[in-house]
Amino acid sequence: MASSTEPARSPSPDSAPSGAPGTLLSAADVARVVDRMAHQLIERAASLAPGADDGGLSDLVLVGIPTRGAPLARRLAARIEAFSGTAVDVGTADITLYRDDLRLRGVRALEPTVLPDAGIDDRLVVLVDDVLFSGRSVRAALDALRDLGRPRGVQLAVLVDRGHRELPIKADFVGKNVPTSRSQQVKVHLTEVDGTDEVLVTEERDKS
Amino acid sequence: MKRHLLESADLDRSDATLVLDTAAQIEQALAGREVKKLPTLRGRTVVNLFYEDSTRTRISFELAAKRLSADVINFSAKGSSVSKGESLKDTALTLEAMGSDAIVVRHGASGAPHRLANWVRGSVVNAGDGTHEHPTQALLDAYTIRRRLGRLDGVRVVLVGDVLHSRVARSNVWLLHTLGAEVTVVAPPTLLPVGVGSWPVEVGYDLDAVLPKAGVVMMLRVQAERMNASFFPSAREYSRRYGLDARRMAALSDDAIVMHPGPMNRGMEIAAEVADSVRSTIVEQVGNGVSVRMAVLYLLLGGNEPA
Repeated sequence: MASSTEPARSPSPDSAPSGAPGTLLSAADVARVVDRMAHQLIERAASLAPGADDGGLSDLVLVGIPTRGAPLARRLAARIEAFSGTAVDVGTADITLYRDDLRLRGVRALEPTVLPDAGIDDRLVVLVDDVLFSGRSVRAALDALRDLGRPRGVQLAVLVDRGHRELPIKADFVGKNVPTSRSQQVKVHLTEVDGTDEVLVTEERDKS
Repeated sequence: MKRHLLESADLDRSDATLVLDTAAQIEQALAGREVKKLPTLRGRTVVNLFYEDSTRTRISFELAAKRLSADVINFSAKGSSVSKGESLKDTALTLEAMGSDAIVVRHGASGAPHRLANWVRGSVVNAGDGTHEHPTQALLDAYTIRRRLGRLDGVRVVLVGDVLHSRVARSNVWLLHTLGAEVTVVAPPTLLPVGVGSWPVEVGYDLDAVLPKAGVVMMLRVQAERMNASFFPSAREYSRRYGLDARRMAALSDDAIVMHPGPMNRGMEIAAEVADSVRSTIVEQVGNGVSVRMAVLYLLLGGNEPA
């Protein structure tokens, strides 16, 4: 995706003015971005398994990171099935017990960890999360995956990449790149959790 | 959650539900995994301070702490400086000076964990104090009931036997009441505490009368080691009136379950064929104990600064 380096084109949500507080993605934008990510996942799976009947999709496992990565993974799986006709496995992996910031943020309630019956051993796992920020959630998810099995490969798909990485982690599939300042918050709302689809950038300093 | 878990009454409904939900998520997350270990409490130290004998509680706490990657030190009064006369306070301060983040304590004196909680900075978990409370046992019992019957609200639970000496009974009465279950205690009058009238329970003396309506029958161990007087005429008579045998089990409704905190006196309060029946959750309770204690340790220690 060359959009962030080509400011001349503007109609796609990818290159809309970003960083300013307000609505970053509307419900229609979210749907479009998810569709595009689904297509990218299909292409990438096919390129990794040339000649496979199913386009490499039955090898794929989408693992959502709760809270909002979980419904996002289910949506991506549904769109992939709609576009390709092949069902893909979906799971969720709660990473709370793997976090390195529990002492800073305090304990919280856990969410489910559910893997497909076929497991993740020797398959291609795509971690799915809503926002990529410091990279610490992804690091925790990688640690969790190591205990859950031994995938053939792991990739990362995020709806929004807002920068400010603290670890050497990069997403393979990004719905929307947004330059932000550290004081800003990026809030992803999804119907399954929040009753509405939208991505907001807010100017809030207190991060509870 | 508070910093300590000293008695069931410390837990309000949302705290107790949080522990049960957390335990369920932990159990689900670890089910079928090759690596049954989580890094959550890496670098923390949990001391099991046991002044009384225990098999399942101590092992269960040890396993729970180890599965969360905490370091575990097992201390039993036998073979320690306690036999040279060291007090509970000095023992606790010694352990804390060595860097313990949590002390899991079992003591023969009711209230010992409360005293301990005033002396140390870390968390204190009551693993049974005298005839007072055993809150993690009540939590694992509640977890087992919820897992088997799908709910706790409105479930009729009958506790049978030596209520007087049973810390398990006290903890269960309060926790189950908090979680909305209806509790009945059935025991010989000599084995009921004086204050039972102020508990949120119904009291009965006829086991056969309450069995048909019960969703859960929890048999309590006859605690011979705490009995310094004769509370009933003979073991045989106790067993006949308050023991759960196959005939009584047949009077239970179809989905009712039989629980026992262990260790069992087979043939005394519970017949072997009942203990080994499909209704019995006794082995399941032990397994659930590890998940529940992991949840308790995570919730008490996970968010704290290390000592």
